Amino acid sequence: MNFLGQVWDWFTSSKQWHGEFGIPHRLFEHVQLSAVSVLAALVLAIPIGVALGHVRRGGNAAVIVANLGRAIPSFGILVLMVTVLGIGAGPTFVALVLLAVPPMLTNAYVAVHGVDPDAVEAARAAGMTPRQVLWKVEIPLATGLMFAGIRTGAVYVVATATLAALAGGGGLGDVIVNQASYGTAGVIAGALFVTVLAFLVEGVFALIQRLVTPKALRYDEDVTEVLLGPPVIEST
Amino acid sequence: VPTLAANGPDSWIWWSWVGDHLAEIRTALYEHIVLTVVSVGIGLIIAIPLAIIVRRYRRLYAPVLWLTGLMYAIPALALFGILVPITGLTRTTAIIPLVSYTLLILVRNIVTGLDAVSEDVRDAARGMGYTGRAQFVRVEVPLAIPAIFAGIRIATVSTIALITVTAVIGQNSLGQLILDGLNRDFRTPLVVGLVLTVVLALIADLFLLGVQWLLTPWARGRRA
Repeated sequence: MNFLGQVWDWFTSSKQWHGEFGIPHRLFEHVQLSAVSVLAALVLAIPIGVALGHVRRGGNAAVIVANLGRAIPSFGILVLMVTVLGIGAGPTFVALVLLAVPPMLTNAYVAVHGVDPDAVEAARAAGMTPRQVLWKVEIPLATGLMFAGIRTGAVYVVATATLAALAGGGGLGDVIVNQASYGTAGVIAGALFVTVLAFLVEGVFALIQRLVTPKALRYDEDVTEVLLGPPVIEST
Repeated sequence: VPTLAANGPDSWIWWSWVGDHLAEIRTALYEHIVLTVVSVGIGLIIAIPLAIIVRRYRRLYAPVLWLTGLMYAIPALALFGILVPITGLTRTTAIIPLVSYTLLILVRNIVTGLDAVSEDVRDAARGMGYTGRAQFVRVEVPLAIPAIFAGIRIATVSTIALITVTAVIGQNSLGQLILDGLNRDFRTPLVVGLVLTVVLALIADLFLLGVQWLLTPWARGRRA
């Protein structure tokens, strides 16, 4: 197909690999914005999720956060933040943090809440203080599932960071949105690039998740649990 | 009607603009609902047979999950970028990604729900003389409804939020009001679009919960 040839030519033309408008710079912007957003979401979501799971309260709140997270459009938050912060990476940052918090928080809650009560009971019987139970029993046992939420959030963030272009925040979305300067072949190349990046992040996080999960708790999850969290049978 | 204090073009919401643009807002809301129903509807039309096939030929389940998972991970804007040169700035270009994002959720929940029907129940159905298709339609599917509806609800709510992005390829929806707010640096249409999107998602969720309640009379009163 001639069109694939054009995409290939676009990719291999040296113009795309240099300067502020080149792919490496756009990729750098994309990764930087995603990384900062994921970190901020982590700092917000994990302590709250772990705390709620530890005291075994707030299950309804966790479900509400998860549902609201799905209902709030990132595009709307992005534009809302543009009217507050102006054009730039800031609005996308806020939208991405809001996108990543729900899966991270809910998974952290579910992970800590779901730790075998017998293990917690045994730790208490052995004389551990509540703080020791949290740090030496609950958190280590919850790490794998907790990380699954971080992974879901990270994949959402990398995919959605594409929207930054609409608010003048740069990133690979700029290549997709800016057909005037990059051409149709460029748009397709940019789209392929973002997709590959999302899969790459997914793969890297899958590997880290495996490494941080205690050996006895490793299992072969199916791909959907990563993207959607544990199977939902009934949610209210 | 008393006017609110500090109400003008620069406030978060300017009621007189809303009053003057009710027709536009109503059309955007209507188009948003149409896109939701069409996308989730097509998603179901594809997902139901796919789930039935996958349950019969179990070996296909992993590849189907992998493929739908792949489609789920492609950013919407990227998919629009790929499709626009082929299908143009049309509703088709908007619907293809919207449908493809529902498939993973729907297929997984339908299969999980049908798998969860216990062997005892199947045995009892056979004992009552049910076979094949009748057993599937009258025993297994009804029992799987809570799981299937959980999938439909997640798919619907996510689709309603995602539809706002189709404004960038020129499709009318509540996203068009949000985009209008961006283009003109004008908060009122943005706030109207954003609030109505979230409200629509929550109402759709409650509506589906109501339908589920009507379809599963035996489950009522079991939970507080």
